[in-house]
Amino acid sequence: MAGSNNNPGVKANAITPPRWLLAELTYACPLQCPYCSNPVDYANYQTELSTDDWKRVLSEARKMGAVQLGFSGGEPLTRKDLVELVKHARELGYYSNLITSGYGLTEEKIIQLKEAGLDHIQVSIQASTQELNDHIAGTTSFNHKKEVAHLVKKHGYPMVLCVVIHRENIHQMPQILEMAEELGADYLELANTQYYGWARINRDLLLPAKEQFEQAEQIAQAFKEKVAGKMKIYYVVPDYYEDRPKACMNGWGTTFLTIAPDGVALPCHSARDLPGLDCPNVNDYSIQEIWRDSKAFNFFRGLDWMKEPCRSCDEKEKDYGGCRCQAYLLTGDMHAADPVCGKSPEHGLINKAITSASAEAMLLNNEKPLIFRNSKNSKTLYPVK
Amino acid sequence: MTVNPDLPILFSPLHRLQWEEAQQKYVILYPEGMVELNQSSAEILKCCDGSRNLVQIVSELEQTFATTGLTNDITAFLEIALNHGWIQQ
Repeated sequence: MAGSNNNPGVKANAITPPRWLLAELTYACPLQCPYCSNPVDYANYQTELSTDDWKRVLSEARKMGAVQLGFSGGEPLTRKDLVELVKHARELGYYSNLITSGYGLTEEKIIQLKEAGLDHIQVSIQASTQELNDHIAGTTSFNHKKEVAHLVKKHGYPMVLCVVIHRENIHQMPQILEMAEELGADYLELANTQYYGWARINRDLLLPAKEQFEQAEQIAQAFKEKVAGKMKIYYVVPDYYEDRPKACMNGWGTTFLTIAPDGVALPCHSARDLPGLDCPNVNDYSIQEIWRDSKAFNFFRGLDWMKEPCRSCDEKEKDYGGCRCQAYLLTGDMHAADPVCGKSPEHGLINKAITSASAEAMLLNNEKPLIFRNSKNSKTLYPVK
Repeated sequence: MTVNPDLPILFSPLHRLQWEEAQQKYVILYPEGMVELNQSSAEILKCCDGSRNLVQIVSELEQTFATTGLTNDITAFLEIALNHGWIQQ
């Protein structure tokens, strides 16, 4: 065994148990958000784990110590066995979060899920107006989403509203905050777009200018103070405008375990893009084997994998060199420092991305159209090998 | 916000207080988050069932642990808990 839980004093090589399990039940989704974090080639992954497989995964991860569970996707509501999985999760003692677009969620289903033991529903809304929401979602959904938000409250769930922020909706920040207040959100997640998956290929059209970020952040900050004690705000930082990289996943293989729809286990939900990790499948290994012994989960565990400037950096235990997927997507080297870091020799790539996005924003008519997340685009971009 | 000494204190229905076998401690669970508790914090929160006010919680815990003088510590912790939304009145 590579490490032991009985020796928490040895920090560098000790393997901590997973706390967070993200169950991506399916890649199927009625929405087409152009910033979706699913892989761009998702249409190539058609197989889905069975109900029994998911139950086994939940049981094994819980036994290791996972306690927060996210049912995600795609749209998890498209899985017919969702209520059954929620019930199983509750019996195991998970705190279950349903991360949904709200599309197709009826009051009857909300009640069934509550009875099954679901703890919380996070509803995403794309914008504060119907026109923009439906455009971004690629689906008529705005009014139904607001109705779902009301029903979530009505049935005693903590209501978490999630809005992904990008150039097309950042100017609506004041209205978005107003909407969250009107809907009685207990938590508001303002998630600045992270440029992976579909967001990466649409980056020129989604990345706001620095002034837009700063203005939006100021508005959100003032609102946070105003609603203190009533609503909690989760602010996902726009890392292209940060000077220091994020401590991605709280460190590789320390806390987060993602299981993709086809059973592939990932140290983070974008890790599928990284070459040579040989991410294991739950059809072949137990969660314990995957977490402790697999190549993928040990690949960037600890600090030994680092190159300069990370290796000698005094902040390496704080940010773990930033995000591996971002390093790979931008520099082509997954061992490199996250170029978001001001100390990265490739930090210029971030400035280049910002310049490229702002040049695109100057055009009256976008030369490039937004590429919406759907199977047709996925198959066009990544024909089946 | 401060704790009203006259009103009963209830653990928030929007949070969950749970013993975690793997961690050997109580935790508070809420949307996408978790707070780990030490033993005394957990004992205080377990008393917040909506039937007791501050004085009653103090006397209950002093009796259980055969001690005195817990008022200040318990009040201070419950104020933190109230401001985090873990309890309500």
